[in-house]
Amino acid sequence: MKYVDEFRRGDIARGMAAHIRTLVQPGRQYRLMEFCGGHTHAIARYGLTGLLPENIRLIHGPGCPVCVLPIGRVDSAIELALRPDVILCSYGDTLRVPASNKMSLYQARAKGADVRMVYSTKDALQIARDNPHKQVVFFAIGFETTTPPTALALLQARQEKLANFSVFCNHVLTPPAMRHLLAAGDAVELDGFIGPSHVSTVIGSAPYAAVATEFAKPVVIAGFEPLDVLQAVAMLVEQINAGRTEVETQFSRAVTLQGNDKARERVAQTMTLRDSFEWRGLGQVPHSALAIHPDFAEFDAELRFTLPYRHVADHKACECAAILRGQKQPQDCKVFGIVCTPDNPLGSCMVSSEGACAAHYHYGRFVQGATA
Amino acid sequence: MSKSYTRPLDLKHGLVNLTHGSGGRAMAQLVSELFAAEFANDWLAQGNDQAILPPPGARIAIATDSHVISPLFFPGGDIGSLAVHGTVNDLAMGGATPLYLSAGFILEEGLPLADLARIVRSMAAAARDAGVAIVTGDTKVVERGKGDGVFISTTGVGVVADGVNLSGDQARPGDVILLSGTLGDHGMAVMSQRESLGFASPILSDSAALHTLAAELLAACPGLRLMRDPTRGGLATTLNEIAQQSGVGMRLQENAIPVQASVRAACEFLGLDPLYIANEGKLIAICPAEQAAAALAALQAHPLGQQAAIIGEVVADAHQFVRVATDFGGERLLDWLSGEMLPRIC
Repeated sequence: MKYVDEFRRGDIARGMAAHIRTLVQPGRQYRLMEFCGGHTHAIARYGLTGLLPENIRLIHGPGCPVCVLPIGRVDSAIELALRPDVILCSYGDTLRVPASNKMSLYQARAKGADVRMVYSTKDALQIARDNPHKQVVFFAIGFETTTPPTALALLQARQEKLANFSVFCNHVLTPPAMRHLLAAGDAVELDGFIGPSHVSTVIGSAPYAAVATEFAKPVVIAGFEPLDVLQAVAMLVEQINAGRTEVETQFSRAVTLQGNDKARERVAQTMTLRDSFEWRGLGQVPHSALAIHPDFAEFDAELRFTLPYRHVADHKACECAAILRGQKQPQDCKVFGIVCTPDNPLGSCMVSSEGACAAHYHYGRFVQGATA
Repeated sequence: MSKSYTRPLDLKHGLVNLTHGSGGRAMAQLVSELFAAEFANDWLAQGNDQAILPPPGARIAIATDSHVISPLFFPGGDIGSLAVHGTVNDLAMGGATPLYLSAGFILEEGLPLADLARIVRSMAAAARDAGVAIVTGDTKVVERGKGDGVFISTTGVGVVADGVNLSGDQARPGDVILLSGTLGDHGMAVMSQRESLGFASPILSDSAALHTLAAELLAACPGLRLMRDPTRGGLATTLNEIAQQSGVGMRLQENAIPVQASVRAACEFLGLDPLYIANEGKLIAICPAEQAAAALAALQAHPLGQQAAIIGEVVADAHQFVRVATDFGGERLLDWLSGEMLPRIC
């Protein structure tokens, strides 16, 4: 596969790993957080941790779209889906997220809810056109990457006067979450960030400048392929060694300083910043999520349907919160791999293969000879 | 007195209706004009509630499989040929020579008879090609909305020669794992239709009867431990099943596992892993290391095994982990499929 295989070459990876070993200073710790689940997945899938010297520690961040979705919002989506007049559409992984009372959208489907997995908001619009007597709700989740397609769907729905279409908006923003992680009193010690890949193609590299300067942490925006991650690690090690705290872009084949203007314009046109939003694991994070813009209120599922929000606490034994903050590793959780498995996830980190727990369960658990 | 005239089934424009399953004339007509006509063989022609077959003269293998695929027609096959191949392959993986099939049809009211005829003809052709006879069957019709066009359940009977004892619990550390060809073709062919993604280069299902390939492999490799066809859950799930049954681990070489470029690209695009995608015309074989070369040569000499490869080995492992050595010099776990395979979001 052109433009993909080139970034997965094992011989180059081994060379880069050897180069990183020459860069690191013995006795120094390099604690690097990969913010995105896409990086977490690549690291686990290609066994990158094993290639790096021991004093580089990769810490998983909260950048997994389904992992940070609070239970209360999933409960609301399930409530919507169970209404007989509603068809609820969402992206794949979302269907498995555990919610209250052992429910998930999958379970809701078994109970008769019409829940459709879509690959694109275009599919959701088509379902709305095909089912004029049903209310079609797009359960919109994800970071800045998945936000522009939702914006386009809103614009398209307005243009077509698609009255039976609405969006249950749960889009969240990356830079506020990074700042929140660093500002927290019990913040995990970090020496640098492997910055988001696809998110940065939309928002550009500029928004991370505040993180780099205010918190004195280097950020290297990296692609999702394994060689991208290794190169970003090398760049971070060089910055840390030199005492620099800059925003650099390894993923320069797709990320510019200002990002994608058209995408950002359409998001600004259709969505507006929320004062605060609950993140699973992080709690309430100010100015960290988007709601439907008042100009598009007619397509806002939260206004069309009455959806009172209830905060729901995580399962007591679940360590997702600490794992999403980088304070604990999946294997530190008592229920990891025993009660909580991908087939029966207790916490959201075990749901998506981008989640730290699921990635470790699928690809890495043989390393410490964990539960079979 | 001459026989009264019955209008033939309208196989061009007609639809399945509830009378086709009610046991009356309409059902008899469907059976005689379509099923019996296409599947034609002496046992079916007996027209009784059962087929009475000659004594087999060897151990009997029996396997059953239900087919509920959507869409009914996909590039490289359809539910009819699949219903034959699936059951023939289940027999063949035990080293059996498949002989007879039964076929149960659950039809949904409103199914075009033209579609049904196409499916039945495809099934008949697949059975002829595989050298098996469809000797008995059953038809039911369910109300519109209570089926998905057509469900087909087939049961197969075959015979196993003396001395052939293949079983999932026979893999031993040191054994070699072979795969007969590229992974993921069937699953991605179906998915490309189901999701209306319309890939530029159409991927064809690999749906095929594997019994001659299996027979040639068995002849070339008398020490063969077992064969399995990696259908639902793909290679990953099938190998985990074998590892558990045999109480062993496995170590695979990622770059030795054949996957077509188009399938790999489609999987990449959809966020899926080809090692978990269904196949309907591939087999996994495990044999002692000293017979691996002969086994590989036998597979590659057959039209269905040209791209066969040795993909790894069986190892001792109390955890029964299936591991993959990546191109990166690292290792990862190849786990059971959890739940349904869903694409990632980012």
